[in-house]
Amino acid sequence: MANKIKIATASLCGCFGCHMSLLDIDERLIDLVKLVEFDRSPFTDIKTIGDCDIGIIEGGVANAENVEVLREFRKQCKTLVAIGACAIDGGIPALRNGFTLKECLQESYVDGIGIDNPMIPSDPELPLLLNKVQPIQEVVKVDYFVPGCPPSADTIWTFLTELIEGKPISFTYGQIRYD
Amino acid sequence: MSTFQIFYLNGKPIPFKQGETIMDAALRAGEYIDHLCHHPEFRPHGSCRICMVELDGKSVSSCTQPAIANTQVDSSSDEMIEQRRSLLQMLFVEGNHICPGCEKSGDCQLQALAYQNKMLSPHFKHFFPKRALDASHPDVIIDFDRCILCELCVRASRDVDKKNIFCVDGRGINAKLIINSPGGKLGNSHFSADDKAAQICPVGAILPKHQGYDIPIGKRRYDQQPISEVDMDNQEKDQQK
Amino acid sequence: MKICQFTNDIIASFNQQPDMLLQILIKIQRQYSFIPQQAITQLSKELLITEANIISVIGFYAFLHTKARGHYDLRVSHNITDQMLGSVKLTAMLTDKLSVQLATPRKDARVSVDLTSCTGMGDQGPAILVNGKPVVGLNKKRIEIICQLIESGTPVKQWPAEFFQIKNNIQRKDILLSDRSDNGAAIRALLKQGAQKLLQQIEHSNLRGRGGGGFKTGLKWRLCQQATAKQRYVVCNADEGEPGTFKDRVLLTTQADKLIEGMTLCAGVINSDLKRPCKGFIYLRGEYQYLYESLEQVLQKRRDAGLLGKNILGKQGFDFDIKIHLGAGAYICGEESALIESLEGKRGIPRNRPPFPVTKGYKAQPTVVNNVETFINAALIAIHGSDWFKKVGTEQSSGSKLLSISGDCARPGIYEYPFGTSIKQVLVDCGALNTQAVQVSGAAGFTIPVQYFGRCIAFEDIPTGGSFIVFNQQRDLLDMVKNFSDFFADESCGFCTPCRVGSSLLKQLIDKVHQGLASNRDLDEIKKISQLMCKTSHCGLGGSAPSSIMDTLAHFPQLYQQRLKNMNNEPVFDLDAELQQARQLNGVDNV
Repeated sequence: MANKIKIATASLCGCFGCHMSLLDIDERLIDLVKLVEFDRSPFTDIKTIGDCDIGIIEGGVANAENVEVLREFRKQCKTLVAIGACAIDGGIPALRNGFTLKECLQESYVDGIGIDNPMIPSDPELPLLLNKVQPIQEVVKVDYFVPGCPPSADTIWTFLTELIEGKPISFTYGQIRYD
Repeated sequence: MSTFQIFYLNGKPIPFKQGETIMDAALRAGEYIDHLCHHPEFRPHGSCRICMVELDGKSVSSCTQPAIANTQVDSSSDEMIEQRRSLLQMLFVEGNHICPGCEKSGDCQLQALAYQNKMLSPHFKHFFPKRALDASHPDVIIDFDRCILCELCVRASRDVDKKNIFCVDGRGINAKLIINSPGGKLGNSHFSADDKAAQICPVGAILPKHQGYDIPIGKRRYDQQPISEVDMDNQEKDQQK
Repeated sequence: MKICQFTNDIIASFNQQPDMLLQILIKIQRQYSFIPQQAITQLSKELLITEANIISVIGFYAFLHTKARGHYDLRVSHNITDQMLGSVKLTAMLTDKLSVQLATPRKDARVSVDLTSCTGMGDQGPAILVNGKPVVGLNKKRIEIICQLIESGTPVKQWPAEFFQIKNNIQRKDILLSDRSDNGAAIRALLKQGAQKLLQQIEHSNLRGRGGGGFKTGLKWRLCQQATAKQRYVVCNADEGEPGTFKDRVLLTTQADKLIEGMTLCAGVINSDLKRPCKGFIYLRGEYQYLYESLEQVLQKRRDAGLLGKNILGKQGFDFDIKIHLGAGAYICGEESALIESLEGKRGIPRNRPPFPVTKGYKAQPTVVNNVETFINAALIAIHGSDWFKKVGTEQSSGSKLLSISGDCARPGIYEYPFGTSIKQVLVDCGALNTQAVQVSGAAGFTIPVQYFGRCIAFEDIPTGGSFIVFNQQRDLLDMVKNFSDFFADESCGFCTPCRVGSSLLKQLIDKVHQGLASNRDLDEIKKISQLMCKTSHCGLGGSAPSSIMDTLAHFPQLYQQRLKNMNNEPVFDLDAELQQARQLNGVDNV
């Protein structure tokens, strides 16, 4: 048990779709947990990260907390993986990048249709938003990219098994997708 | 009497006629060279640089370079693939290519070439430009976020449709597609969904309305098969007709 | 006068020719400080060019605008040589005193201030264009007076004459600048020897293009002569845009006759059968518009003397005349095929080659495009012979080369040297002390470190169009690199992917290094993008844009290394900067 590969996962500014897709490997999960042990992850509900072999990041970087989590992952993980469109290029949340933060918040919380009690939230508990949603590679060094929205279970399976076996990653044609 | 001469593309002999470009000769011989701004029905343009190959070690764009007898042309070495990937990545970061939210996904040549060249991320820093969408036309929408400035619509509208509706304004990274109409909106122009220019966009910039998901994601042109095979199969079918 | 009326008059003065669009736009811009919509509509109707097309031409040239500029439209020359002479502070002083933002006209429409690429005044900067007219030798006092003149509404014509006095600063003469031949001597030589013999002389002289390219002039002329044609064209490239060069300005000022002589000679050679008409153009960069009148006068004087126009020097059928076309702020138009596009009134996008201009140039007809200095040299060869010419210079680079010397030296200006002169010698002559590096051949050229000062100006060693900028030990060479990367991002025509995107990516990355916010990964990116641009760009601009970056990375790596924030491959992410908008909105400081 001690030699199991340790994996941590996190979803930053994403939709958890990539995590769902990882679960979609179905019965192969049983094979996977023979090889790996999950550290901090929504799967385990462990909140802090220890030394890990592989860190898997879903979602882009949209606020100060995302930056903190991501930097912590980079520090603790030997290999860091960007999984899915949002981690790789900001994805759908990056649609806001053509606008200033003020314009976005104004539209969402003040000027939008059907808003009661319009006001821009400013509770100090809320992490501050970044000017732009950033791909994670703008903040930390990323070792691998697994594209897709989300990547299919097969893509993730190919990636994880080859990575764990120390092979070069060889996706088939249909396994590289951006949608 | 044969007027053909030969050059070698990745070691394969390709016959060509005097003056013919590397691209035209290769396509005719059933050999695909990656390209975006090139279209067999139009004069070579040479702007996207995706079709760059090495001709006896010299870097040239195959859509504009006339073939030369007995030369070696390389389009498939690791360096060539890496170079193409970098150029594709530049196109990805220049605009806002958010594939998960694009109706053209699976049918897009930029995306298909990126798949074929195993692009796993856009690599470079994104520009995240702000470009307005033009939905003013009843049948066609223009999403400038996805325009790659290949000028195929410019050429189609000018040379085939004889309407001259599009042109490129500005320069450098601020170069942009504009529309010839009062106020610059497509809806105020003589553009029609039947125009050649409406059907030629290689990406999701000029899109017909009301049919975005008639063909589901996963069942589209480049979803199962690389663009090189799709294009060559289509060419063969056309020739059989 | 009403805009429509004015526009119509201008169109009529250009015989309603669509290929005169750029020239027409320049006149309208000068009248109104922009191109009003009514004018665009009128032009579209009369010239049968779409409005969008006209807008796209306006959008290509930095000196044309679709929105009104100030009554006084100022453009501060933003070359590194201007910066070394203090232009950044002076610009701040100017905008401050005038209460105007860069690139935005003042609310009362009195004044607008912009930066512009090198205006060709490197030996007497900092320089500024005031409604197109260059004011040189800017200093605090001049800025103060300029601000007063603007606020008091004094017409530019009444500004102190010394503001506009451009010096020639000729410091060293050789065969070209010391020549005293009579006007017409080269044409007489042509008529005496005949076109074929003369062409042989040019070929034998081994004259090579002086704009920097170094193509053999004789071969160019021969190819053009041999091409089938309805008409042939001779074009002088006076679009001297390479940062730091100004020798063509001095040649156009002092040697205009000989230039036109060289062009006429070329016409006589390429059109030797005299069966078809031959026409000439001088493509004069917008920054040198102030030379237009004097050049026109020289042309007229030569027509009156029978050296230009019909039956030149009495030779039946030897017809050749020259028109001056103005540029409007686009470095790329110095590239010969982009220049031809611009001559045709279009956006200056370099063409695909082949075909080359010698077979399909202006209006798809055989066209010779040569630099100002090349034509003058051709005239000298006709007069004095190729052996005389070959005595000067080296085996492979015959003749002399004009250098435009600026930067850290006691005596900036024009130096004419035989090819084969060492950098060291040049530095001694111009009074450069403690030199750290020389930038030869402009932003697209070479950064030469001390250990290479023994090398020579020659096509086989260090080729140059003529720009020679000296940097002493106190200078930060990364300021130069940053200035040049900004320049290329501004001047990229935007046609091909690697240059359009790459030049802007490089600009961002160099900025990052300059601000001390880069990591080792950014340096790798810079190298990768530079190589890609060199290899895959459509034209020489994209191919040479990274050259000062690659040279300084090779010869001065510490410039970059000492500024790195992260020595590893971790990106530098400036969280504080990225939270700036949120903090402003919330008025809080928490992270």
